[in-house]
Amino acid sequence: MGAPGAETAERTEPGGNGFVGQALKRKEDPRLITGRGIFTDDIVLPGMLYAAIVRSPEAHARILSIDTEAAREHPGVEAVFTGEDLADMAAPCPMVWVPPGVEMRVPDHWPLARGKVGYVGQAVAVVVGRSKYGVVDAAEQVVVEYDPLPVVVDPEKALEDGAPIIHEEFGTNKVFEWSLPGGDVEGAFRDAEVVVEKRIVNHRTAGAAIEPRSVLAEWREGKLTLWSATQIPHICRVILSIQLGISEDKIRVVAPEVGGGFGSKLQVYGEEVLACWLARKLDKPVKWTATRSEEMSTTHHGRDQIDYVRIGAKRDGTVTGIHVKIIQDCGSYHLIEGPVIPTFSACVVSGCYDFPAVQTDIVGVFTNKFTTDAIRGAGRPEATHFIELTMDELAKELGMDPLELRRKNFIKEFPNERPHGFIYDSGDYHGTLDRCLEKLDLDGFRREQAELRERGVYRGVGFSTYVEICGLGPSRALGPDGWGMQGGYFESAQVRVHPTGSATVYTGTSPHGQGHETSFAQIAADRLGVTPDVVDVIHGDTNTGPFGKNTYGSRSLAVGGEAIARAAEKVQDKAKRIVAHKLEAAPEDIELVDGKFQVRGSPDKSMTLAEVAGEAYIPGDLPEGMEAGLDEMCFYDPSNFVWPFGAHACITEVDVETGRVDIVRYIAVDDCGPAINPLLIDGQIHGGIVHAVGQALYEQLVYDEEGQLLTGTFVDYALPSAADVPSFETDRTETPSPTNTLGVKGVGEAATIACSPAVVSSVLDALEPLGVTELDMPLTPMRVWQAIQEGGAR
Amino acid sequence: MGATVRVQATVNGERRESEVEARTLLVHWLRDELGLTGTHVGCDTSSCGACTLHLNGEAVKGCTVLAVQADGAEVTTIEGMGGEQALHPLQQAFWEQHGLQCGYCTPGMIMAAADLLARNPDPSEHDIRDALAGNLCRCTGYQNIVKAVQVAAARTRGGEGRPAKEEVAV
Repeated sequence: MGAPGAETAERTEPGGNGFVGQALKRKEDPRLITGRGIFTDDIVLPGMLYAAIVRSPEAHARILSIDTEAAREHPGVEAVFTGEDLADMAAPCPMVWVPPGVEMRVPDHWPLARGKVGYVGQAVAVVVGRSKYGVVDAAEQVVVEYDPLPVVVDPEKALEDGAPIIHEEFGTNKVFEWSLPGGDVEGAFRDAEVVVEKRIVNHRTAGAAIEPRSVLAEWREGKLTLWSATQIPHICRVILSIQLGISEDKIRVVAPEVGGGFGSKLQVYGEEVLACWLARKLDKPVKWTATRSEEMSTTHHGRDQIDYVRIGAKRDGTVTGIHVKIIQDCGSYHLIEGPVIPTFSACVVSGCYDFPAVQTDIVGVFTNKFTTDAIRGAGRPEATHFIELTMDELAKELGMDPLELRRKNFIKEFPNERPHGFIYDSGDYHGTLDRCLEKLDLDGFRREQAELRERGVYRGVGFSTYVEICGLGPSRALGPDGWGMQGGYFESAQVRVHPTGSATVYTGTSPHGQGHETSFAQIAADRLGVTPDVVDVIHGDTNTGPFGKNTYGSRSLAVGGEAIARAAEKVQDKAKRIVAHKLEAAPEDIELVDGKFQVRGSPDKSMTLAEVAGEAYIPGDLPEGMEAGLDEMCFYDPSNFVWPFGAHACITEVDVETGRVDIVRYIAVDDCGPAINPLLIDGQIHGGIVHAVGQALYEQLVYDEEGQLLTGTFVDYALPSAADVPSFETDRTETPSPTNTLGVKGVGEAATIACSPAVVSSVLDALEPLGVTELDMPLTPMRVWQAIQEGGAR
Repeated sequence: MGATVRVQATVNGERRESEVEARTLLVHWLRDELGLTGTHVGCDTSSCGACTLHLNGEAVKGCTVLAVQADGAEVTTIEGMGGEQALHPLQQAFWEQHGLQCGYCTPGMIMAAADLLARNPDPSEHDIRDALAGNLCRCTGYQNIVKAVQVAAARTRGGEGRPAKEEVAV
């Protein structure tokens, strides 16, 4: 199983006015800074009802009875429903990863539990009524009698004989086993002169978008409209159609302003389906908005891998192979694609290094916790973490400088086919590391470090050199006959020039903070010969524009942006033919310069886009056989993934009395190809770093042995604040991808994929004199302090 | 439905009045009764600051104040800071410095920053980070938010744009 060949896309000249590459202010911002952005919970419809959900306090139990009578009688309550009432639903939540030849266990997951619960927070009943506060009161009056069952929360224990079985029908807690070998793995370890092995726990974290999930459904004139805080309105419509048994033409899904996603809204949740079901049943609009506690316990979680890593090498540092066994905690039920996430670790298991042999073995496990699925980076941060920390360990074992070890093994030739079939499109791993070191002054730091240690101040430096797979993706590689995803991964765009020469671009992506309205307008503007302020980018509504595949996996620019470029170039081609006809020249002699379509060599003979549009929409004199209008579409399906990369360095200081870690300096040099808007790239990098710093230092979803979530609020689940992080030093190199004409890669997840090993490695470097050699995240003061005590005792 | 109470307050310079359940949170009164949806709710524990607004000129978290506590008070929300035609210096600086991505935390951030600048017109980076510690952002990594506050502070001190205090904006 691998990616198709890295076909080289022909780079064309946009021929426009150079808006691509400029750090333009965002078009989205005026409404957002004035409080006029409309998020789902801001929308009010006439006659709207509120829903409140009764959730299980038990992690594993049979439901013996549900008494809804008192709740029904609560003033203002219109209805109360339980799982039994939803018997007319057409299907449970579909899980879309069906890898060929792999046995995949998918328990029925309904919006409201049927007979049994498998995690704390599972929805058991719903109360609908006229008052937002009243439905919460009424929900407390629903009495559910549970028969508790034994609970298992540790995925390794869940695999042991005699562990409580979460889904009796399967007779096992194993969700699936999957393996991706490449090259002679056995030989690699046989020939290795040194083998290092590590067990790394990559703990469970939350996406923690500041906007909680929110849905509003309306059933009117036989049609359904769902407004939802989602990253995937188009995919949501397909899944609603499947689950509700309503044809897609009768469903409209709108993602209004969406307050952050980070993968957590790359989902179709039970509440989205439930709100639709309720709106139809009650014939009234129904709104539900998660509280933060609901958000933490029932918005899908991320990571939660245990990684057993082995790297083999020759004494001179040449790596011979990497083998990782991943235990993935899937939680007790799946949502749309959770089990596939650890396979993205397998995609990048080779990292930046020329491993001749690689192997990833994955076991997915049911536990009595909530579902894990994609969170920013989705499998790749875990891979970078285990690769980089194990490379550090290998360097130590070999007595070699860790950066020298990296450089010795960096892949240097591109495109580069990895042993497991993936083809890295382009790269310059030495280049980003060089740039990172120029900024860092490592020798200077080492001197400073030694001086500070004399005074009992412990500082360390850590590095991460990473590559990621993104721009999901080639449908042939990812689809049913390849990786096994039951979907296509193209992106759509429609570029419509209006009669007076401004344009509307419809994109199938669905941004939630990325700035597509700006960067996509820049791409289209250059190709149309207009300014970005007359290019309006429309997204997030299934009733506008063609079917799209939405936003996740750092795909929007490399796939969606490319689709816009191609659609705009179709418009440009047609415009040139019209201009050629009007100016009596050959179409190939028309060029677009500074916003004018002009005859090559005769700049005085030209037309603007507005003049061309006038001809196209008042078609009295078009070339023979040409249709009226200036409106083109593109469905772009890439020939390969794109492979951003970079080098990050982190300097931390550890208070050895308290175990507290502070980030002193952070340098990020990333390469995501040519910049469309450098302002937006920096923003993504800053946010991506802090997301990973959160995981490395503070954030953890902790379940106790009974399956109770102990960190279910922002009091216990510690997102980094402005006071916890410094300003970062960012820089870029630009290595174009040959995969698309823009040459772009992706940047939404890059820094999150890169950062965590740099932080951990820097702390290990700081504490090296104290004998601390291993630390699993999060590096809380308690954990670091304990490690210092244990290290010091050695 | 619990007991109801009459609440009247001056919200963004206009007198507003209604009958609310005594337990109604100020943020819900503003959002659900008055239609001022620029103030957002992100948590249940006063941790995230998305609901930050000004009560009698001081930043408070609207999820931690009852509507009845605002009775007779002056309330300023993001809608009172400036519109698209006349942006407040902080709004302008957030825009220019790319101080927002999804925009959900932004109104609260701007209100908290305005409170800081009213008390400290020349804050250091440390002062700004400290003052915004009660406002969480998951998108920006805070760097450009800090820059935006610095730029707005400098402009306000230099007499460019309008003062950072909300009185002018209402």
